This record gives sequence, structure tokens and C-alpha cells, in this order.
Amino acid sequence: MHQKTLVELSAELQKGSCSSEELTRACLQRISQYDGELNCFVTVVEQQALAAAQAADARIKAGTAGPLTGIPFAHKDIFCTRGVKTSCGSRMLDNFVAPYDATVTQKLLEAGAVMIGKTNMDEFAMGSSNETSFYGPVKNPWDTTTVPGGSSGGSAAAVAARLVPASTGTDTGGSIRQPAALCGITGIKPTYGRVSRYGMIAFASSLDQGGAFTRTAEDAAVMLGAMAGFDERDSTSVDRPVDDYLAGLNAPLQGLRIGLPKEYFGEGLDAGVATAIEAALDEYRKLGATIVDITLPNTHLSVPAYYVVAPAECSSNLSRFDGVRFGYRASEPKDLEDLYTRSRGEGFGDEVKRRILVGAYALSAGYYDAYYLQAQKVRRLIRDDFMQAFEQVDVIMGPTAPSVAFKLGEKADDPVSMYLSDIYTIAVNLAGLPAMSIPAGFSDGLPVGLHVVGKFFEEGRLLNVGHQFQQATDWHTHSPQGY
Amino acid sequence: MSLDASEIKKIAHLARLGINADDIPEYSRNLSDILAFVEQLNAVDTAGVEPLAHPLEATQRLRADTVTETDNRDNFQQVAPETESGLYLVPQVIE
Repeated sequence: MHQKTLVELSAELQKGSCSSEELTRACLQRISQYDGELNCFVTVVEQQALAAAQAADARIKAGTAGPLTGIPFAHKDIFCTRGVKTSCGSRMLDNFVAPYDATVTQKLLEAGAVMIGKTNMDEFAMGSSNETSFYGPVKNPWDTTTVPGGSSGGSAAAVAARLVPASTGTDTGGSIRQPAALCGITGIKPTYGRVSRYGMIAFASSLDQGGAFTRTAEDAAVMLGAMAGFDERDSTSVDRPVDDYLAGLNAPLQGLRIGLPKEYFGEGLDAGVATAIEAALDEYRKLGATIVDITLPNTHLSVPAYYVVAPAECSSNLSRFDGVRFGYRASEPKDLEDLYTRSRGEGFGDEVKRRILVGAYALSAGYYDAYYLQAQKVRRLIRDDFMQAFEQVDVIMGPTAPSVAFKLGEKADDPVSMYLSDIYTIAVNLAGLPAMSIPAGFSDGLPVGLHVVGKFFEEGRLLNVGHQFQQATDWHTHSPQGY
Repeated sequence: MSLDASEIKKIAHLARLGINADDIPEYSRNLSDILAFVEQLNAVDTAGVEPLAHPLEATQRLRADTVTETDNRDNFQQVAPETESGLYLVPQVIE
């Protein structure tokens, strides 16, 4: 059963050949069998999940079920879940039981999806390896000595190890696409503003966007269809109807123009990854697409611009954690200043502190113009590169990450080298575009992800491009040995 | 650009962030590395370029000035470290 996709399981549920309760018990059983080693979950909500599964079964019997009704999913621990601990991977929120549901939580629950638990992640989504979590690193099921990527590492590894058919994630600089690539699954980050940020704990508000992990693009179409949509409670939510993502999956790719940025195939890209990407592009040629060489000349500035904008916004957003209204509070503070300083000093981990300090510095008097304003200007140049490229092409492709999964601990002491593992994904967040990673082969036995970037609000096109590839190839069906 | 110990202490104070004295050399090294890395932005000619605050150039949406939320204070204060009579408690500020 665990090898079936979300869409296949949905069909089984509709037919009555299995119940949501059976499916949920099977997922819980796999979690208890494998998660001791993988560490994907911070919290598993067994009783709540079983109750939700029984309610879903009743709904299926009553004929009021949708495609997600009764489907178990894992929820990144950054989305608020009423009555369930929402830690954001931090000691700061280790005691935080959310008093309300995020819009995404609410939408998935209304669709009848069964939340199995909350997944491990880099602390406050700041990391590319899931090693900054207060709850310890997540292991990559393809090789448990390597990282699953981050920040949504638990969500990605849980789908890769077939513990659940789908999970949620968030992506500020690559936090869905990079772990999807390193874990050999499908991950989609929609256009900025497409999925509500209400109740999604903020890291860098102008970049953060929710999305989904699944094994196939078809499954991602179902998940994203349920998660997306206008929300009055998010001031940057876009008021625009959600496309029927499933309806467009089967459009032929004849005539599709794929842009290949020369900057994505230069120094720093592993040869094995490059070979797999070339082979994937050949597959697209066979499907009738044409490859167009393009240039994104400001690509090299995207990581530096990001590491000004994101820490600046982080330092501002995380000022809310002060030990007063919720979260960790230092014991026996001697005055208010001591309460703030020690609660934050003891509640946050190293990487979060580093980013708060960088951000506070970049925003401090005398430096604002030189850092934040200049980075926001460069951000426009980066976005304009994409706008120009999209006048000639329909989608842009390249590798999702420069290498396959790296070893646990390998980059932990070198922030800048860790930051460079998001080199191909970060520009997309700065530009606000939708993008996806799909499995595209292996290098040294570890998965390689193909990065597909689309025009604003063309998530449907991305899913179509992913689905057609998955009809012609079987990379997405490979599962890690032992799971 | 490199940051010495006194600058690290000053920024940590601005952020009300407690850091261990032993860790200051490492913060100093890491932060200096990060700032050196982002320094390349300054070489870019951005004369005449407007800063991009929102990728879709959207402006803040306004809503009608009407009451839409109900009172949730008790619910929200359940997760507070210390409250009394609906108020959040902090160490005494004024003698």
C-alpha cells in the first residue's frame, strides 16, 4: 500500500477497497518502524489522526468526499495547528501549542486530509540540511549518513521513505525544492501570494511561500489545488482564482520552449548531476520541446542579495519572540531587558542567532542604504532577468541543487558554503516565481532533481511539464532500499 | 568588512539577543565571512533602479474598518508564560 501514489490511494478509498482508517494505521505503523532512525517527525498525533480517518470514512460513504478525503499527510511544523504543538524546529517554541489553525491547515482539514503529525525542520526554516533543528537532524532515507536537505527536511524524507503519500513544506530560498531533489521526490513552490501565509510562522515575509511534497506531479496538483487560494487574512495573498491543476496535466509538450540559463551549468556543478540533467533535457526533446539557450546575467548576485534581504526580514520578524506572550521564557529574569535577552539567547540556536545578528546589522542606522536597499535594487535586476528570459521561453530548467545529498556535518561549520547549496533556487524566491523539482535520475546512487521554473501563476504549466516527464520516465517510482 | 568583538556585542544588544562571551570570536568570524560574501552587491551599478519590495509590485491591500474578530484573549493567553487578570506579566519596570 505504501508504494501507491496519492491519486491511486484516493481511487482505492473511493472504490472502498481500503478505508482511510486502514491507510492511517499503515502510515502510523511505518512511522513507528522507521522514524526512530530517520527523525522526520517532531510530533505524531495518533489519536487525532485515527479520529480524522474515521470521519473521512464516513464522508466517503456519504458520497461527499473529494480527492484528498481520507489521505494521510505530514505537516511541516511551521504551520500552526490548533491544540497541537507547533515548534518550528526551535527550543523557543518547544512549549507552544498553537491556539489557532493556519489557513493551509484549515484548508487541508476541510478537504478531509488526515494529518498524521508535524515534521522536523531547520530551526525557523533557516538551513539547507535540517541540521539546525532543536530536535536533531533528519536522515536521508537514500543514505542515512547524508542530509535530506532543508529546511523542510522531515517532510521530504517522510515522503521519500514512503511513510506518508504527501506532506507540506515552505520555501524561502529553496526549502521545498532542494530537499525534494536530495530525497528524490516532487516538490512545488507556487507563485508568491498563491498559498496563504496566515498561521505559517514567518521567516522572511517577502520570500516565504507554502507548497507541497509528493512522489508525482499529479499528486502535487491535488495537494496544491487544496492549499492555494485567496485569503483575506494574509495581506500579500493574491486575489485570483486557482486553476484546475489536474485538468491541464495531459496537455502535450509539442512546441514547449525550454530556456537553459548558461549560468546554471558553470563552475560548482557536479559532473554527475550535469549528466542526469542533460539526459532529462533529451527526454524533453523527445516529447517535442525545443531547448533555447538563455542568459540570467545577475544569477551570481542572487545568493548575496538573499543573505541581506532574508536576515533583515528575519531579524524583524523574530523580534516577536520576547518571552512575554508565548514561547520560551528564561527563568528568574532580573529585569525586563534580562527577560528579553536571556529568553532569546537561550531559546534560539546558533544559525538563527547568526541571521538575526546579520539582519540587525544590515538594518542598523547608517547601514540600511548600503545593505538592505542595495539588495532590494539588485533583487529587481534579478527579477528583470527572468522577465526578459520569459519573453522567449515558456519554462526555465536546470539542476535544483549543485550536488546530490552531502554528508551530515559536512557543511555545518561553514555558513557560506551551506548557503551556496541553494544557488539555483534562491533567485526564484527573490523574483517570486513558481518552481518545482522533479526526480531526474541518480548520481553516485543518490537522487538528482530537475528544477523547472515557470511564469507568474503558471503552476498548472509546471505540473503539466512534470507530469508528462513522469509519463515517459520512471525516476519518480524509485524508492530507497530498505523502506 | 569585518566585525570585532565590540561590534558583535553592540549588534547583539540592538537585537536584545544574549550571546555567550566564549562564542563571540566565532560570531565575529562567521559574520565577517557573511558580510564579505554579500559585499559584492556594492560593486553593482544600481543607479536609477528602484528597490523591489514585492515581486508582483503589489501594494498593501486595505480592508473596511469594521470589527471582524471576536475576543480570543483567554484562548491566546493560555500559551503565555505568566498572566494575571487578562494581563501579561513581566518583571517590574517602574519602581
